[in-house]
Amino acid sequence: METMEKKTLFITLFKSTFFLSMFTFGGGYVIVPLMEKKFVNELGWIDEDEMLDLIALGQSAPGPIAVNTSILIGYRMAGVPGAMITVLGTILPPLMIMTALAYIYIAVRDNAIVNSVLLGMQAGVAAIIVNVVYNMGKRIVVQKKLIPIFVMIAALIAGIIYQVNILWLLLFSGIIGALTTIWKLRHEEDEEGKK
Amino acid sequence: MIYLKLLLSFIQIGLFSFGGGYAALPLIEQELIHVQGWITNQQFIDILTLSEMTPGPIAINAATFSGNQIAGILGGVVATVGVTLPSVIIVQLLAYFYFKYQNITMVQGIIQGLRPAVVALIASAGVTIFLTAMFGHSDWPLDLAELNYVSIVFFAIALFLMRKYKASPIQIIIVTGFLGGIVYSFI
Repeated sequence: METMEKKTLFITLFKSTFFLSMFTFGGGYVIVPLMEKKFVNELGWIDEDEMLDLIALGQSAPGPIAVNTSILIGYRMAGVPGAMITVLGTILPPLMIMTALAYIYIAVRDNAIVNSVLLGMQAGVAAIIVNVVYNMGKRIVVQKKLIPIFVMIAALIAGIIYQVNILWLLLFSGIIGALTTIWKLRHEEDEEGKK
Repeated sequence: MIYLKLLLSFIQIGLFSFGGGYAALPLIEQELIHVQGWITNQQFIDILTLSEMTPGPIAINAATFSGNQIAGILGGVVATVGVTLPSVIIVQLLAYFYFKYQNITMVQGIIQGLRPAVVALIASAGVTIFLTAMFGHSDWPLDLAELNYVSIVFFAIALFLMRKYKASPIQIIIVTGFLGGIVYSFI
């Protein structure tokens, strides 16, 4: 009986993540809210608060956030095997679609019309990235905190003008993040001590 | 051995992209264009365009597609596994500690610290993408004679549609692709 239930659980986990990845356009920021809808509202397997924690956790780890969140859901429902199943469900659709597309691309890239369309799209993609950077940068600036703004400007100069390796920039800003957190925790402890 | 190199490159890309698909862009640029020399600026933009146009996580799309471009079907599989592998390990470790201690303040603090740098890195990949779209390449010095004026107009239209009407990336790509197909075919 129990093995039967486990089988259904695995199948549902796989099907849910597979279809979400297969039919959702727009990347992680669109897929994750749909995962929330699926597992919290439709299936009722995870409660709202826990799901929000899982989403925050998924964004705290490196890598694609849709993949991270799917791993967390799988792990939460069925441990390591569950995580393996959901990660497979998430990466299989792109793997199939993009492999097919890669061959179509090679076949038609030199076609004059395809070339015109892609040339037009280049300007669109440039605008999308500029828009993304603007939105993300604005979120940092409106906090009006000195350290993040300083880190952003320093990384911008180091990355664009001096072409410093990305890994150094991440290490440097990660250390600053760690130090600020330690400082903040100490500060909070002091405040509590005074009370 | 190309597959091993590809695997290591994409493990690096997966391991250091903090903040979703766009955060992988500067790493893909650094590793695949500059360090390994596997793809050109143009291919980089094509990869990004096609990854935005298709369903699924953008970083996975980009990994499968570039792996395929570099080393065929197996290359695509290897790149996809590589970009996913760090997530599979790190996320489960994080989940384990989270369910045990219900506290990941330190991890979140570090991520907070990383965010401004990640924005700057995406901006630097954005400069490459922008210049390539406008000039056909991003190498200094840029010659004003190479500037593509049609591209500037498309760029302005796209930005306007996003800021004013909140157009989604996929809508932008369809519109600019359609405009490109018409305008460039006639000039």
